[in-house]
Amino acid sequence: MKLKGLFSAVIAIATGLIVLVGYFVEIPILVNLRITILNWVIILAAVALFVGLFNLLAVHADKIRNKEKGGIYSLILIFSLLTTLILGLWLRPDHALMALIFTAIQLPVETSLMAMLVVTLTYASIRLLRPAQYTGLRRRNNLISIIFLVTALLILLGTAPVPFIGSVPILGDLIRPFIVQVLAAAGARGILIGVALGSLTTGLRVLFGADRPYGSDPSRGGK
Amino acid sequence: MNWIGLAGFGLVILSAILMAGLAFLRRKSTPAFREIPAFARLRKAISLAVEEGSRLHISLGRGGLTTPQSAAELAGLEMLRRIAELTSASDRPPVATSGDGAVTILSQDALLASEQTALSTGYDATAARLTGLTPFSYAAGALPVMQDENVSANVLMGNFGVEVALLTDTAERENTSTLAGSDNLSAQAILYASAQDPLIGEELYAAGAYIKARPFHTASLTTQDILRWLIVIGILVGALLKLAGVL
Repeated sequence: MKLKGLFSAVIAIATGLIVLVGYFVEIPILVNLRITILNWVIILAAVALFVGLFNLLAVHADKIRNKEKGGIYSLILIFSLLTTLILGLWLRPDHALMALIFTAIQLPVETSLMAMLVVTLTYASIRLLRPAQYTGLRRRNNLISIIFLVTALLILLGTAPVPFIGSVPILGDLIRPFIVQVLAAAGARGILIGVALGSLTTGLRVLFGADRPYGSDPSRGGK
Repeated sequence: MNWIGLAGFGLVILSAILMAGLAFLRRKSTPAFREIPAFARLRKAISLAVEEGSRLHISLGRGGLTTPQSAAELAGLEMLRRIAELTSASDRPPVATSGDGAVTILSQDALLASEQTALSTGYDATAARLTGLTPFSYAAGALPVMQDENVSANVLMGNFGVEVALLTDTAERENTSTLAGSDNLSAQAILYASAQDPLIGEELYAAGAYIKARPFHTASLTTQDILRWLIVIGILVGALLKLAGVL
């Protein structure tokens, strides 16, 4: 194992252990150390964000230079990014103009993307009903897919008022609450317990040095 | 420390002991997993990409390392590292997109560390990209990658929300396969309806073990199973005690 890889692994594992133990065990020196490390992390994350922005600029500058498809959009992106960055640094983020840029450009664009989701999800629901050979989707047309769709329909009908009828009596008062509060809540908790256990073991693998999201992994022949 | 904190710390210590012990005991045995067809198809997609000279797109989502969703990002990074190693024979490196600066740096690091970048094609810093910092800007930035970069398969692993539907829809329009998993419940429901191979619940965290198993990965899956059974027993005992009026 190369010394550099060993050194980075020891620092990463020791830091992880200090933060983990400091979270549970309230020894003042450990708690202070944990807070200091977490403050460093916040500063480093902000620097990483800036590095990421340079990456974004480099990718789109390459697109313009190589005259790739959609180069005009890259030009607009770079212009918008630099303009917003300069204005933000000059006027500060709480200035009225910065708020206007957010509410007049960013917010409507993201809202329209959200609106597109309605069409996308409706289309996906319809595809669930089509035979598998036409959709390319696997595992479709089975019992679970039918239950999935029927549940979604029942929740929709139970939540939104139907034209000329209003809320559907038994569906809105009895079936929908039962599905949401009993069946869906139980299923969601089961999935969340699985996610929590997966998160725990993933974190432990990093602490043991078995997974290394940083640097090369000498056990795999990295350099 | 209150009793909840003590229980949490005890759970972490128990998991660590179990994982280390199982990894040591099973270090020489061949791992046996229950079959998840999505991973078998992913291995096939990786082979096909290498043969065709096409690219794989690994989307790491818009979660950060300083957020509670960091475990999903770590699982995605581990998958990226494995895929980069497995596609080392290809002349097209995989392309990774993310929505957080630190994750972008780590994904660049993962690609740099792979044999492919070290030995053959040379390191391409733009193969790992930050495409946007908000959920929808991330998705909007990742769409051109799926459309214009000769991508044959997409692996969406990390923290996604409802915006993941835009990605799966584009993958379908491009006629490319998609393996997708998220730690977010809404995203999982959407993936079930729209992705070719959705990963539900903790399957997201098992991905590394299924692609290239090592003792600690096998041990972590067994540890998860043991802890799950302990929780099931705990819930049942709690329900019985509640019924009996003890709790």
